[in-house]
Amino acid sequence: MRIYLKFDFNTICKTVIQEQLNTLGMDYTIHGVGEVEFRRQPTQEEEQRMEDMLGNYGIEIMDDHQIALVQRVKDTVTEWILDEELPKRYNFSTYLSDKLNYTYTYLSSIFSEATYSSIENFVILKKIDIAKNLISQNNSTLTEIAYKLNYSSVAHLSAQFKKTTGLTPSSFQKIIKKRKERSFTKE
Amino acid sequence: MPLHTLNIALADDDEDDRMLFKEAIDEIKIKTNLSLFNNGEELMEYLSMPELVLPQIVFLDLNMPIKNGMQCLHEIRNNPCLKELLVAIYSTSSSEADIEETFINGANIYINKPNSFGALKKAIDKVLQLNWQYHTSALNRDNFLLRI
Repeated sequence: MRIYLKFDFNTICKTVIQEQLNTLGMDYTIHGVGEVEFRRQPTQEEEQRMEDMLGNYGIEIMDDHQIALVQRVKDTVTEWILDEELPKRYNFSTYLSDKLNYTYTYLSSIFSEATYSSIENFVILKKIDIAKNLISQNNSTLTEIAYKLNYSSVAHLSAQFKKTTGLTPSSFQKIIKKRKERSFTKE
Repeated sequence: MPLHTLNIALADDDEDDRMLFKEAIDEIKIKTNLSLFNNGEELMEYLSMPELVLPQIVFLDLNMPIKNGMQCLHEIRNNPCLKELLVAIYSTSSSEADIEETFINGANIYINKPNSFGALKKAIDKVLQLNWQYHTSALNRDNFLLRI
């Protein structure tokens, strides 16, 4: 028998970070995903232990401002996309600069320098990634997905999907389905 | 660890195609290390070397002597050590059946060999940009399919 799981990475990460930091008895606040503020400067020994304990979960403490900021842009964009209300109230550039406290121009230039592509591109990539997950799970219609991801129409979603992946949503779905069937028969 | 350079491997039996690919990749902004192979067997031997720093992506020509691209794809997808490897098929075939078959067998990217240098550069640039994102962001790799 096989079961399929769906993960919410934000919740998982937050829970792990809380558990580990509580074990160490640290006094902290989590600001969104990817930023933790400490009430007092952790000692070197504490930093080392945090690094080890979080490292076991594949969580790294970043010391590079630029890389950390790019990561926060990605996390914030993801949060914006997944929220039902936010995209209706703010465009992502306003939301990003308000939330991260930098001008959008500054964030854009840091982002492009580090990743070779723009924040706009990342937004599209992430939305299509979510659409792909939903399509491959097979229980949402394109109309539902378009609505969930704030596309004005199914046509707009399909066009962006095709432009990003080179495939139509239906041929994508067919390929993923056949792949799963094949890996069943192999095992 | 932050990513600085993309390691790339290309297996193609056509020398001109290999050179063009190398020239195109040299002109792209993303930093890369390219390893070239004359056929699938050479590539697979390379990938099985102990303590090799694996490439992030391999480009496979479909029609090659000794071991063709489809055989390499099968071996790569059936080897747990190579599970993370992204595979791009780089071929002159534009048959829908071929394309679908490679995707179902686990290819991530299908590129029709472009007929101009400019188009080749553009295609590689798009693939590498996307790779960079897949290697540094939480995107679902199982669903990484791209056709150019």
